[in-house]
Amino acid sequence: MTITAPALAPVQGRSNRRQQTLWGIALCTFLLLAIIVSPWIIGDSGLNPLLTQRNQPPSFAHPFGTDWLGRDMLSRSLHGMSLSLRVGLLAAAISALIGTGLGLAAGTLGGWVDAVITWIVDVFFSLPHLVLLILIAFAVGGGTQGVIIAVALTHWTSLARVIRAEVLQVTSSDYVHLSRRFGQSSLWIARHHMVPHVIPQLLVGLILLFPHAILHEAALSFIGIGLSPHIPAIGIILAESMRHLSTGYWWLGVLPGLLLLLSVKAFDWLGENVRALLDPKTSQG
Amino acid sequence: MQLRPILLFALQKLLRLGLLLLAVAVFTFVLLSLSPIDPVQAYIGADMMQISPEQRELIADRWGLDQPMIVRFGDWLGQLVQGNWGTSLVFNQPVEAVIATRFQASLQMLAIAWLLSGLLGLGLGILAGALAGSWCDRAIRLYAYTLASAPTFWVALLLLITFSVSLRMTPICCAAPPGVLAADVTIWQHLHHLVLPAITLSIIGIANITLHTRQKLIDVLHSDYVLFARAQGESLSGVIRHHGLRNIILPALTLQFASLSELFGGSVLVEQVFAYPGLGAATVQAALRSDVPLLVGIVFFSALFVYTGNTLADLAYPLIDPRIRLGGWRS
Repeated sequence: MTITAPALAPVQGRSNRRQQTLWGIALCTFLLLAIIVSPWIIGDSGLNPLLTQRNQPPSFAHPFGTDWLGRDMLSRSLHGMSLSLRVGLLAAAISALIGTGLGLAAGTLGGWVDAVITWIVDVFFSLPHLVLLILIAFAVGGGTQGVIIAVALTHWTSLARVIRAEVLQVTSSDYVHLSRRFGQSSLWIARHHMVPHVIPQLLVGLILLFPHAILHEAALSFIGIGLSPHIPAIGIILAESMRHLSTGYWWLGVLPGLLLLLSVKAFDWLGENVRALLDPKTSQG
Repeated sequence: MQLRPILLFALQKLLRLGLLLLAVAVFTFVLLSLSPIDPVQAYIGADMMQISPEQRELIADRWGLDQPMIVRFGDWLGQLVQGNWGTSLVFNQPVEAVIATRFQASLQMLAIAWLLSGLLGLGLGILAGALAGSWCDRAIRLYAYTLASAPTFWVALLLLITFSVSLRMTPICCAAPPGVLAADVTIWQHLHHLVLPAITLSIIGIANITLHTRQKLIDVLHSDYVLFARAQGESLSGVIRHHGLRNIILPALTLQFASLSELFGGSVLVEQVFAYPGLGAATVQAALRSDVPLLVGIVFFSALFVYTGNTLADLAYPLIDPRIRLGGWRS
């Protein structure tokens, strides 16, 4: 911008929408980072069985209660959520790479490459997502590795579609045609016209991939195809709570699930706020 | 409506379905042949110890496991087309029979959930859109946004804890009371066991259609023709009935038919929580106990299910909007 902004009067009281958006981003990031690093801060002490403290409802000492072995459910839930977040993040990041690569290839190369990639995306959409996840996780042999591969291989489709559409739209725009007429190289056009359009889409698409990846990781673990039952993943904890439902220990299932819901919501808010910040229509409001 | 476009439409749809199933077949075959699971071991299971290497060789030879991949794919596809889907190892029955009985159990649950979520979602969406900005709209939006990111199996758990464990209004598991023969189950007992899984599925399915309908109705209410109708003295309910519904119903229908895929996935989790013996629970068992024929059968069946949903949406358009013709074909 060439126009220098007039000296801003210090905003009194309420912050403007841009500041609120930034605060939202900071808060969500902090919350998620806190959950991810929490196992190293609180340590493993809560995971040890303490038979004198079995099946206690939530209290001040144990905000999430204790389980049938006297383990503190808050620290188990945090350990599990941290693990699930890390597995989900890794899988979603791989998925985003695949989606970006294939989306760019389909958009720029066109022809049969585009046709094949579009067709693969269509085939992926024609199966229920969970069935596809179960099939892939089963075929690669299950376990942590199975979950990561299954989630990574099935979440790239919508991102690839978005990026392909974005690239096609920019390629056919007047200013790109003009650049070509002026003799700019393809690389120059890619750097100056494509990247600024694709990067925000990619960033928002990546963040909005996380909640899906984490929910699906939890679902796979819950039905028993995912992580090993000895690891306290959030899906495993919820599956274990099923066995103690009829005895009335409601906190075993309700509170860890609430933590999962909160993490997923935090990613959603983060995605919405980043989108609002990157979109020129809303970023200055 | 004339016969020719309908025939052409049906032909086109069948061709596409064939191509799709072929693609699913290639995908499944490649995936399962690359997997580290030994087919002989998966077939024999726990008796693996009692089998000599020679017998193993014999089975592998009889199955043609030493053939190149393309030949094996041809053999397998040939059997599949002839209707030989193999025998389920878990249920010890032909795969078609297992899928048929299991799907019958799931179908009632899916149908109730689908209708409920469609009607409730449309209703809530219209309410929220008509009263945009009010507390009612905010409450509906909060509900929809929260459910959109809530894990399906956790919502099922919550309902189970509330209605089955605390209030004792609904049974805690299965499709029939324990100790009652399948033939003796009355329709009320059946519905009693069905109601909570179906409600779980429908309250999760509501979120998407509610938010979509709300946005669409707000767009319609801000249009010029609605302004004109209001200027002529039309009431809000009249505007919604005469202008809103016609514009909302078509995209809502598409969305609702497209949600069949999500619904099927949701039923896997919900049936697991409620121990409901439907197709979803069978999917989980097939994967957990390495029942490859059943898993492949279910994959094909689910592709067929989703495709049928999308085709039904295509068929419903011309009934609702006479301007649309099947397959875009003009006579």
